[in-house]
Order: sequence, then structure tokens, then C-alpha cells
Amino acid sequence: MEGRITELRMEHITKRFPGVLASDDISIEVGEGEVLALVGENGAGKTTLMNILMGLYQPDEGRILINGEEVRFRGPEDAFRMGLGMVHQQYMLVQNMTVTENVALGYKEAWSPFRLSLPEVRRRVIEISERYSLAVNPDAYIWQLSVGEQQRVELVKTLCLGARFLILDEPTSALTPQETDELIALLRNMTSELSIIFISHKLQEVKALSNKVSILRHGRVVFSGNTDDHSSQDIAAMMTGHSIDLPKNEEERKAGETVLSIRDLVVLSDRRTTALDHLSLDIKAGEIVGLAGVSGNGQRELSEAINGLRKVESGTITFFGKEIQNLSPRQVIDAGMGYIPEERNVEGIVPAFSIRENFILKDASKAPFASHAILSRKDIDSYSEKLVKDFDVRCPGITTAAGSLSGGNIQKVILAREIERKPRFLIAVYPTRGLDLGAVEFIHQQLLAIRRDGIGVLLISEELDEIMDLSDRIAVIYKGSIQKVLMHDEATRARLGVLMAGVKEV
Amino acid sequence: MIEMLVNMLSMCIPFSVALLLASLGEMFNQRAGVFNLGCEGMMAMGAFIGMLIPFSAGGGGAVSQWYNVLGFIAAGVLGAFLGLFFGVVTVTFRAPQGIAGIGLQMFGVGTAGTLFRHFVGGTQSIPGIPDISIPFLSSIPFLGDVFFSHNGAVYLAYLFVPLAWYILFKTPWGLKVRAVGTNPRAADSMGINVSRTRYEALMLGGALAGLAGAYLSIAQAKMFSDTLISGRGFIAVALVYFGHWHPLQIMGGALLFTFAQTFQTQIQSMGISFPYELAVMLPYILVIVVLSFTSRNQTTAPTALGKPFNREIRT
Repeated sequence: MEGRITELRMEHITKRFPGVLASDDISIEVGEGEVLALVGENGAGKTTLMNILMGLYQPDEGRILINGEEVRFRGPEDAFRMGLGMVHQQYMLVQNMTVTENVALGYKEAWSPFRLSLPEVRRRVIEISERYSLAVNPDAYIWQLSVGEQQRVELVKTLCLGARFLILDEPTSALTPQETDELIALLRNMTSELSIIFISHKLQEVKALSNKVSILRHGRVVFSGNTDDHSSQDIAAMMTGHSIDLPKNEEERKAGETVLSIRDLVVLSDRRTTALDHLSLDIKAGEIVGLAGVSGNGQRELSEAINGLRKVESGTITFFGKEIQNLSPRQVIDAGMGYIPEERNVEGIVPAFSIRENFILKDASKAPFASHAILSRKDIDSYSEKLVKDFDVRCPGITTAAGSLSGGNIQKVILAREIERKPRFLIAVYPTRGLDLGAVEFIHQQLLAIRRDGIGVLLISEELDEIMDLSDRIAVIYKGSIQKVLMHDEATRARLGVLMAGVKEV
Repeated sequence: MIEMLVNMLSMCIPFSVALLLASLGEMFNQRAGVFNLGCEGMMAMGAFIGMLIPFSAGGGGAVSQWYNVLGFIAAGVLGAFLGLFFGVVTVTFRAPQGIAGIGLQMFGVGTAGTLFRHFVGGTQSIPGIPDISIPFLSSIPFLGDVFFSHNGAVYLAYLFVPLAWYILFKTPWGLKVRAVGTNPRAADSMGINVSRTRYEALMLGGALAGLAGAYLSIAQAKMFSDTLISGRGFIAVALVYFGHWHPLQIMGGALLFTFAQTFQTQIQSMGISFPYELAVMLPYILVIVVLSFTSRNQTTAPTALGKPFNREIRT
């Protein structure tokens, strides 16, 4: 192992992919003990740049210098050897192996041809986890761990392999507010021994953790400077190129009758454990109810149960006076339910179908799209052209495969289909997950617009800001039941965070 | 009654060897993420080459045991070569594994049959390999007959079970195999060569399938025919699921299946009036029933099973 990394520079890095300039003359610099935040919208080139730094891609132009000396990485192994380590956004862990075994995969010191010294790896895991106070159980299987614990395993793994320079790609995207705070505190502690580059588009974290910030847009660095000198608003504006004010739910609340009433709902998870435990919730016409909670507390099962995709064991779901539990999805759709599902690429669209086919998925057998069991092309085309225009779907044409669009545009296709069908109610599950600010703004405006039309909305999200910006009331879900329902003005981040962690209010 | 049981058990153990070796080979393939339906074809090729060598040497008469050993070695090498070929198709060219496997099965069974007719002709038998009774142990009542009076290949095959366990769970190579079959992207990010590891596992699996075939022709049937393998390659694939990708459980599955088969032949030989068609079906029905009731245990399964890996494509 070599010594410390006192300075890391990437100079004039340019990387072209067919048809795209992913990195355009980018230079960044990180000194010892510094934290550089790399911010930018999706597709701005952040991850490409880090893949170049880790040796996964070769730059077309430019060079990397460590402690003033030029280095060339042919693969991640070369980067490991120099002390760089990356925690990827999708955790790189093998589910059916233990923590120790996962570390052993990269810990070649413990390898001999016919024997793997797991006790040695285990000692190393314990040593590192104590040194950086990252609590992990070396003998636990990955599948037994929560997302937050898996994140710690990733950090421990990277540190065990000798990293003295950490690259973190959106490290908090799957964490609860508490876990996020803990992680930030931990990382801040580590800066006494390490330097960190961290990729994020959550500006609070950027402010809380970083000394320096570099903003990327369309493959270029548009700004570099000290974090403390700039407000979150400034950074957000530079990130998107124009100032963005996400819309807020500020109009007067004029909620009508209760339209969706859930009583004592019990539903099982895929593993046959109780996912919803006597959950009750009422939603009125013309209000947005935000369901806040750490993912995995029954949100998925709730949305599936309402939409007829999961069996209800007991309890009732009353929709406009009619019980809809355990009806088929078709019957629920025909009752007037609109649904923006969690997995947009899997449940929201048929990726290989064209945009226009995706638009009419739910109504393909009805007029005007079909007559006598034959699709009427002309009507479908004019309808699709209109939707693409109204919802600003950026695409080459309506015959483009929906799966080839970016996440934001796929979400617009789904939103267009669901809203244009004139639903009587809408369930939106993580509608803006992984989208950039421009797309988030559009989707928020649409949700507020249908609220204005007097339609009730159940908004399931793990982004507290999203929930607090849009909701009339906020219900907190924990372990399959509703902890508490707060009115919009009673809710604060701290209060919600405590409720989401399962603490009962007295 | 006890005599009949001892009889069945002592038949069951040598008969289970081909299944055991083939399914342990398939286990390594699947642990590395490659689903090999071509196991049957690899076994057929191994059975043919394994029989051809002692047959050519002795013309059907007595031969030195070394020709049998050579037959086994040739079958293992040929199987490894077929595994390599399967790797080119499924790992490098990323062909759909199920289709490629069916292709390999038809190729192997067909080629072995054709070559057999060309080089050997009609049904010919070979002397096979002798039983080795282990001194002292084989004279234990009952147990001696059941466990310690078999041909040498049986002992070697069963010694391979703990060895397979050790390789899978206690060596760096086994760790790599398990990682590339469950989360190849993670393995890749740790600097492990996914394709190379899958090739290695396929070659080991192929060698074991070849040996399994050679065991059938050299030690068990002492002949070759087109129908010698008769679906054992597919049963081996099923046993891997049955045994949850674990060597000891797979051994249990191989024994259970073979026991059902010997039981079925016993019923027939005892002249109990029972439609033999149904009796023959018994072991296969057993596999289907057991497979439908085994839980899909996602926690041990190699979750990347059947999926080609491509670093450039995110899924």
C-alpha cells in the first residue's frame, strides 16, 4: 500500500461516446481531507467522470494526477492500488454471501490457491468497523440487512480494501432522514483521514458535508467554488441553468367527500409476512394525501392491494361507496382508479411497445381507439400526438419504443396516459424517484393541477420535501400501519422523521 | 425384508454415481450463473468416448484397467471441451442459455450415437471395472454390503462430495463462482473476471458430466447405446434445484431418486401385479412432486442464473 493522497487532480478530461460528448474539458481538484461535492442533473456526466477516475472508462483527452504525478488506470484494480475506492449507487454486494465473504472477494491478501482465510478477513472487517465506528455484523448475510446497513457494509468493504480516497455515488438516495444524518456525521468524521468526492443532487447534503462544490451541466463544469460561499438556491439555479422554484400546494384546501376509505387492511408481503397490519386511511376528493415512510414499510403492498394486484386478507377498501378489495385490476381501473406505479420501466410501460401503444394500453379495446376489435390507427395517432405535445414528452416520434426514453420522459408518458383517462382518483408511487429537477417540477405541477380539478391523490414518496410541498395532509406509515396523520401545517421535517422511525407521539 | 432392503441400498449407491457427478457439475455451472440444459449431451459424449477406448483396446475382451482409466480421462477432457464450447456460445456470444443447452443436448446425443455406429457398430459389451471390497469394513454385516463393496469409481465419486463443498465454500475460486452467479456486476467491480470464472465453472461442470457419462458406459452398463443416458442429464438439472445448489443436499437428492428407481425395479422383479408402466414413472413423478413443493428460497439461489453478463448494459 502506498502513502497518503495529498492531492488529486483531473485535468481537461474529455470523453466522447457515439453522438454524445459526455465530458467536455472537465477539470477538478481535491486536496487532503477535503470533500468535493459533484452536483448536476441526470445525464450531466457525473458518473461518467467518476468511472474515468476509477479506470472503468478511458478518457479521450486529459490526464489524472495524484500527488502531482500522472497516473493511468487500465481498470478498477489499478485505481484500488492507488488507494481510490468507490461506493456505487447500486450496492455492489452479493446477497447470498456474508459480509465477510463480500469483503473477501476483493481482499486478495487472504487468498491462496486452495484456501481462503476467512478468519483473517473477518478480523480486518472488525478492525475497520471499530476504527470508523461503522457498526456491521461480519457474519450477517447481505439479504438480512436493511438498506442503511448495506450502505455501511459498502463503506467498510471499500475501506478494508485500503481506500484512502472515497468516491460516493448518490450515497443517500435510499436512506431514511435519520440514516442520512448519521451517514453525514460519519463521513465528516472520516475526513480527518480521507478525502471524499461525493455525487449528489440533494442540496442540503451538499451544504452539510462538502467544502467545495463543482457543478456539471451537459458534460461541462459550469461552476467550481467553496460551498459555504453559496446558497442552496444559487447552486440549484446553476445546476439547471435557470432558477427553479418547485411548485407548492398553497391554494386553499377545499376537500370534498371521502372517496377512498381503507379500513383495517391486512395484506401479506412476498415473503408471506404481514406487510399491512390493520391499516386504515381516508382520502377525500380534491386533496393530496402524502404517505411518508421509509420504503419497505408496506407502501408497495398498499398500492398493489388498492389496484387489485395483491390479495387482501381482511379489511375493506371502499371507493366511491363501493367495495373494491380483491377485484381484478381491470375492475379497479374501470371504477376510475388512476395509478402511477413504482417501477416505471416494469409496471408503468411495456418498454418494447411504442409510445402510442403505451398511451392506449388501458383502453385499447374501447372506442375511439378500436372498433369491431380492430385498432383505429388514425384516432390513436392524433390522440398520441396531442398527448406528446400537452405533456412535453421529448421523443423522436410517437412510434419510438417507450423503453428507449429517459426516465423523466417515461414518467411523462405514464402521467399523460393516466391523467388523460380522466380518473376519479390517482395513486402516485414514488413519481419523481431518480428524476432531475426539470422533470420533477413538471410532475408536481400536474399533480397540483388534478387536485385543482377536485380529484383525490394518494402520493407515496420517500422524499420529505416532495411530500411537504404537495400534500394537504401527511400520513406516516411504519411497519404496515399508519402512525399518525398530520395536517400540512403541523408537519415539520423533524417531526415526520421521528414518526417515520417508528417513535409514537404521546 | 431386511435382506431386500440391504439389497436395494447396495444397488442404489453405485447406480446413483452418474446422477451425483452430473448434478454436482451442473451445480458449479449454475452457481456461476450458467444454466446448462446440455448436460445430457455431454454425458452421452462422455459415455461414448469412455466406452470406445477400452473397447478398441480389447475388442470387447479383457483389457488392462488402465484403458478404463484412460476412458474416464478422455471423457472428462471431452466434457471440459464441450463446456468450453458452451461457454463460447453463452458467455462470449451471450446466446439464450436454454436454447443453447437444448442444442448442445441434441448435438451430444446425436453425435455420440452416430460415432458409435461408425466405430463400434451394434451392441458390444466391455468388461467394466471390478468391485473393490474394502478390507475389514466390508465384512461389517449389512453396512459392509451397502457401503464398502463397490467399484473404485463409486468411492472416488462420493469423496468428491465433501471436496465440492470445500471448493465452493472454502477456496477463493468458489467465492468467485458464487459471486459471478449471484451479482456479476458486484464481482466485476471488485476486479473479478466474470467471463473467465464462468468459463472455468463450465469446464469443470462439463468434465464432471463427461465422467458421469463414462461411469454409465464403463462401470454401470458396460456397454453403450443411444438410450444409455435416458434423461439422467435432465434429472441432474432438476436435482440441482432440489438440492438448493448445495453439494450435500444434491447428494441426498441423487440417492433419493435412485432409491425410488431401484424400489421400482424390485417391485417388478418380485412379480407383484402392478402395472409396470406406472412403476417406471414413479421416480420421475417423485421429482416433479418434490420440486413443486420445495420453496423458492431466494436467499441461497444464484440470482443471476441464466442471465448473460454485459458490463456496458445496465439493467
